[in-house]
Amino acid sequence: MSSIQATHSADPLIHIENLCKSYGLQDADGKTITTQVLFDINLTINRGEFVAIMGHSGSGKSTLMNILGCLDTPTSGSYWLSGRNVAALSSNELAHVRNQNIGFVFQGFNLLKRMTALDNVATPLLYAGVNRANSRKQALEFLRRTGLENFAMHQPNQLSGGQQQRVAISRALINHPQLILADEPTGNLDTQTSSEIMLLFEQLNRDQGITIVLVTHEDDIAAHAKRLIRLKDGHIIVDKNNTVATTLHEVT
Amino acid sequence: MNLFAIIGEALRALRQNRLRSGLTMLGMIIGVAAVVLMLSIGQGARTKINETIAAMGSNLFIVVPGATSSGGFSFGSGSVRTLTINDAYAIAELSSISATAPITSGTVQLNYAAKNWSTIITGTTPNYFAVGNWKIESGTVFTESDLRSAARLAVLGSVTAKNLFGDEDPVGKTIRITNRPFMVAGVLMAKGQSLTGRDQDDAVFIPITTSERQITGNQFPGSIRYMLVQGKSADDMDIAEIEITQLLRQRHRIAKGKENDFTVRNLTAIADVATDAAKIMSIVLGAIASVSLLVGGIGIMNIMLVSVTERTREIGIRMAIGANQRAILTQFLLEAMMICIMGGLIGLLLGIGGAWLVSQFADMLIVITLGMIGLAFLFSSAVGIFFGFYPAKKAASLKPVDALRYE
Ligand SMILES: Nc1ncnc2c1ncn2[C@@H]1O[C@H](COP(=O)(O)OP(=O)(O)OP(=O)(O)O)[C@@H](O)[C@H]1O
Ligand SMILES: [Mg+2]
Repeated sequence: MSSIQATHSADPLIHIENLCKSYGLQDADGKTITTQVLFDINLTINRGEFVAIMGHSGSGKSTLMNILGCLDTPTSGSYWLSGRNVAALSSNELAHVRNQNIGFVFQGFNLLKRMTALDNVATPLLYAGVNRANSRKQALEFLRRTGLENFAMHQPNQLSGGQQQRVAISRALINHPQLILADEPTGNLDTQTSSEIMLLFEQLNRDQGITIVLVTHEDDIAAHAKRLIRLKDGHIIVDKNNTVATTLHEVT
Repeated sequence: MNLFAIIGEALRALRQNRLRSGLTMLGMIIGVAAVVLMLSIGQGARTKINETIAAMGSNLFIVVPGATSSGGFSFGSGSVRTLTINDAYAIAELSSISATAPITSGTVQLNYAAKNWSTIITGTTPNYFAVGNWKIESGTVFTESDLRSAARLAVLGSVTAKNLFGDEDPVGKTIRITNRPFMVAGVLMAKGQSLTGRDQDDAVFIPITTSERQITGNQFPGSIRYMLVQGKSADDMDIAEIEITQLLRQRHRIAKGKENDFTVRNLTAIADVATDAAKIMSIVLGAIASVSLLVGGIGIMNIMLVSVTERTREIGIRMAIGANQRAILTQFLLEAMMICIMGGLIGLLLGIGGAWLVSQFADMLIVITLGMIGLAFLFSSAVGIFFGFYPAKKAASLKPVDALRYE
């Protein structure tokens, strides 16, 4: 396990200190039961990294991703994104950060229903204040890059899973974010399509220097990443450089 | 996100759920149509009453025989015959009074050529036409000397003239009133209904002297049915009323403490009551219609709440890709407002159409003003904002992570 504090120096994109997250749930008697999901997480991710997060179901991977993506707030601890203290940001500023700096890719694609692929990809631009015509033009260009220009006018339910995920990736990329957060992006895809998507991520990471944090259950998906973090019951138990050999034989 | 883009998103959302948007809109359509219809009917009634009052003549009293308590306000309380022509002449001499017109009346049969027409005959003095604010369409009215000579001259109301003569010019022609020949001196301009709803133009007017001697006959010579009294100034109507009362009590030798045998009514005051009644009626009609608008508004709120719940995931996705609270709020608020404004416009057209139908088939005066149209529009936008705000606020204040995880 490499020292996390050691990477403090090089202008990290993500820096997390002593982060905890717990949920309060009402039990049958109406009493609030607090369950802690993340325990004292310390984590630094530098620009340009490609990180895979693994761990059993319920280990807190999605919870961590949501906090990284400014969709959720930690119960305690601090989170700096590009040197900004996220806790100090207003809801408008958080929306702006999600719009400009982060691209999300979800397991279930999360495209807007009954809306064409083109408009789905264009929507983040609309929220950035670009007009409709311009945003569509740019969206078409991004669809072309992922090989989907012929499907621009298709609605999500008229696309295959792989195509939908590529639309979602185009949408994640359209505002040129520094960070892509992908929570089990290949969870709903077959092996062939999964590796295509992973190649796309690798290419984005290599050619454009986009930082990618990816959650997966599969070793061969994680193998595409350069760094591997393993969560267990809300603790980081492994954080190491990733090589194909070690990944495949890692035992938890 | 600029406003046009948000409007686009809102329109798209409405189109995605055509049936539901349409049904929600129906609430607004009915509400606004009802408001427009009711306001126009109310306004029509007020306009009509104002016209009637303007046509009635100003500063008018009506003096009828009989005590207030026994007879009430009735033109037909026939048996009491305490008022006379001379009472009318005496009242005319009072300083606060400008003119009086004594009136006898009855129902008669008119004939001209082969046509006959039954109508109300009014025996009166030439003053009547000025006091009652009548205008002459053609010919003249009878004069004081006609009155003295009890001339057989008749002045026709427009409806009577139309029924007897059709398109022919009645002036100078001879008609028969209960089989006695009368020459038509003139025809009056139409005045429409009186406050009590009687068609004032279905009438014939002759000198009161002629009437008394030759038409209605009279067991009590000189007695009249009622009289119109015109005060000199609107400010002195109270004084005038006291003067009339004092004079009549004196002329009728009514002992102190005894009841009047006549009743003086201020017609202007009655008109004011009628105006107020019409005003209250339009307010009540408008209020009833507003209830349906309110119900429509609540329907919109209901549907918007359902829509927000249904689209929680969509809201989460939008937040994840950069929508801030204001963008979400604006989108949902605009959806509600568009339903309202579109519904309002359709309702406005329907209301105007309905008002037109009512005016055609129910023979009612319907008045639609620009103010009403503006009001309907303003109202429907206000309903949209008012009832759309809460659901929109609810959507906007969702936590992104909760919205995204919503199943
Ligand atoms: N909104 C919530 N309220 C209460 N508990 C929650 C909530 N969200 C997550 N949890 C709990 O937090 C724990 C971690 O959940 P999380 O979704 O982060 O797991 P995960 O590692 O992503 O699992 P999986 O691999 O199945 O996606 C779980 O025990 C879950 O029950
Ligand atoms: Mg998960």
